[in-house]
Amino acid sequence: MLQDKDRIFTNLYGVHDWRLAGAKKRGIWDNTKALIELGKAEIIEKMKASGLRGRGGAGFPTGLKWSFMPKEVGERPHYLVVNADESEPGTCKDRDILRYDPHRLLEGCVVAGFAMGAETAFIYIRGEFVNEAHNIQAAIDEAYDAGLLGDNACGAGIRFDIVLHRGAGAYICGEETALLESLEGKKGQPRLKPPFPAGVGLYGCPSTVNNVETIAVAPEILRRGPEWFEALGRPKNSGTKIFCISGHVNKPCNVEEELGIPLKELIEKYAGGVRGGWDNLLAVIPGGSSVPCLPKDICDNVLMDFDSLREVQSGLGTAAVIVMDKSTDIVKAIANLAHFYKHESCGQCTPCREGTGWMWRVMERMVAGKAEPDEIDTLFDVTKQIEGHTICALGDAAAWPIQGLIRHFRPEMEARIKRYHEMAAAAD
Amino acid sequence: MSGPAREVAVPHVESFEFTPENLETANKIVAKYPEGRQQSAVMPLLDLAQRQHDNWLPMAAIEYIAKFLGMAKMRVLEVATFYTMYNLAPVGKYHLQLCMTTPCWLRGADAMHEACKKKLGIDFGETTPDGKFSMMQVECLGACVNAPVIQVNDDFYEDLDGPSTEALLDKLAKDEAPEHGSVIGRQGSAPEGGPQTLVEGGDD
Repeated sequence: MLQDKDRIFTNLYGVHDWRLAGAKKRGIWDNTKALIELGKAEIIEKMKASGLRGRGGAGFPTGLKWSFMPKEVGERPHYLVVNADESEPGTCKDRDILRYDPHRLLEGCVVAGFAMGAETAFIYIRGEFVNEAHNIQAAIDEAYDAGLLGDNACGAGIRFDIVLHRGAGAYICGEETALLESLEGKKGQPRLKPPFPAGVGLYGCPSTVNNVETIAVAPEILRRGPEWFEALGRPKNSGTKIFCISGHVNKPCNVEEELGIPLKELIEKYAGGVRGGWDNLLAVIPGGSSVPCLPKDICDNVLMDFDSLREVQSGLGTAAVIVMDKSTDIVKAIANLAHFYKHESCGQCTPCREGTGWMWRVMERMVAGKAEPDEIDTLFDVTKQIEGHTICALGDAAAWPIQGLIRHFRPEMEARIKRYHEMAAAAD
Repeated sequence: MSGPAREVAVPHVESFEFTPENLETANKIVAKYPEGRQQSAVMPLLDLAQRQHDNWLPMAAIEYIAKFLGMAKMRVLEVATFYTMYNLAPVGKYHLQLCMTTPCWLRGADAMHEACKKKLGIDFGETTPDGKFSMMQVECLGACVNAPVIQVNDDFYEDLDGPSTEALLDKLAKDEAPEHGSVIGRQGSAPEGGPQTLVEGGDD
C-alpha cells in the first residue's frame, strides 16, 4: 500500500489551500529554477528513466514523446498543449488537479514546456468545468504576479506563458488533433496522422499534447529523482496514478495509489467494497468507458496497470474503475455507452458516424431481447469493421465496450433474446 | 412551476453587439492568442456573447462574432453548432443539464430525472412556461465518483437522489443559490465519511 509520503497529489480532496501560498507549503514552485537548470536533454532523460507513461489513456512513454520535438527551435515556435478536456465516462481525476492543485499543473507546464523548447503552454479545459477554470485562471494570474511566469519565469532566465482555453462540450476534443483543431477555432474534428503534432501541430508548429496528470507529476519526479518514481508500481508500469472508483461501491472516491495494485484491493480498501460484498460483483470497466468490461472471475485477481489489463483484453485507460453489481442490467449499461459514442462521434468518418448509430440501435434491441440470436455475431462483426477504420480512436472506443460485452456476457444476451421470443409466442 | 411544456421557438433578434465592458474583455481574449491567430478566440467569444444574451446565441450574435474576428459566418456557425454548450434557442433561467451516462445511471440518474420531470412538468429539450427552468440530457460531466450529477448553469450538484433533487429544485425556484458540490457534504472526491489517505499530518 502506498504511503502518504509517496503521494504526489497531496491536495487531492481540496482539504488545503489551493492558492499560491498553500501550494508553496506543499513544495510546489520550490526552486523550480534548479529543475530548469538541469537542461532540456537531462530533463527528458530523467523522464525517460522514471518510466512515466502518459496518464490520459494511451500510456505512451512520456520522456520519449517529449524527445520527438525538434531539438532546436527553428522559425516556428514550439507549443506544449495540456489536455484538460477530461470527458471519458468514469474519469474525474484531472478535475481534482485543476480545482485543488492548479499550481502543480502550472509548474509542470513550465518544466515540460522548457524541456521541449516551448515558451507557451495552452491548457485546454472542458467547457463544463467552469469553476475549475476559474481556479486555474486565478492560479495563472498569481503565478504571473509572483514572477513564476512571464519574462524570466522562475528567475531562470526563460520566458514562459500559459494560456487557458475553455472548450464547449465535445468529448472528441480530448483526441489530441481534434483538440488542436478546436484550439485553432474550428470544429473539433481529428486530423489524419502523420504528420504528428511534434512535427506539425498547433498553428502548424511543433507541438506536444499531454494529459493534465502527466504534466502535473513531472516536477515531483525531477525533484525526488526518477529512481523514486520508477521503484513504485511494477516494471514498465511505474509510479503512482489517480484511480477513480465509481458505480456500485459503498464509497465511490478518487485515490492515488501505485500502479499494479490488485483491483479487488483497490475497491475494498478505498471504496468501501462492492455494494453487497465482493461476491455481489458482476463486472468492472477498469479504465473508463472505452475499455472492455471484465467479469468477476477476472476481477478477482487482475492487477491495475497497463500491461496486466492488456493481458486480459482490456486496458488501464484513464484508470477509471466503473463497478457494476449483480443488480445491473449489463446490456443496458453498455447500450448507454453506445449512445454516448453515437452522440460524441464527430461525423467525419463514415464507419464511425454511421456505425455508432447502428450499434446503438441494435444494442437498444438487445436490451429488450428483440433480436435474432445470429445478430449478436453481426453486431460483433460490425464492431470489427469500425475498429481500426477511422481517423481517430473514437471508432475503436465505441467498438470495444460492445466487444467486451459479447466476449463475456453472450449467454445473458442470448437468454434475453430467447425470453423475448417466448413471451412473444405466448402472447400470440 | 408545473404546467404544459412548450416547444422552444427561436425568436428573431434584430441585432447584437458586445456591451462596452464585454468589448474590452473580448479584445483581451483575442490578445491571448498569437498574432494572426485571432480565430482561436471564437469559442471564448461565443461563450461571452451567450453570457451577455440570457444564456443563448441568436444568429445576430454569430454574425457579429464572425465580423469581429474576420471569419466567414459559416465558419462561426459551424463552431456554434458543433459544441453542445452553445444554446441556439432560449433556455430557462436555470438550465439543468442532467448527466445520464453509465456512471451516473448506475448511481440513480433515472431517479434524479424522474424527480425533475415530476417537479417541473417538463422533460429533455423543454422549458417551463414561466421560463424559469429548462432541461437537457448531457453525456458524462466528469464527476463520476460523485454521481449522479446535474449541472445548473455553471455549477455541479453532486451525489443526488430523488428527494435531494427535489430539494434542489425547490431552492432554485425560490431563487436561493444553493451551495454547489456534493449535496451530502462530501469533501470533493473523498469517500463518504472523509479521506482515508493523505491523513499522515497536514501542511496547514
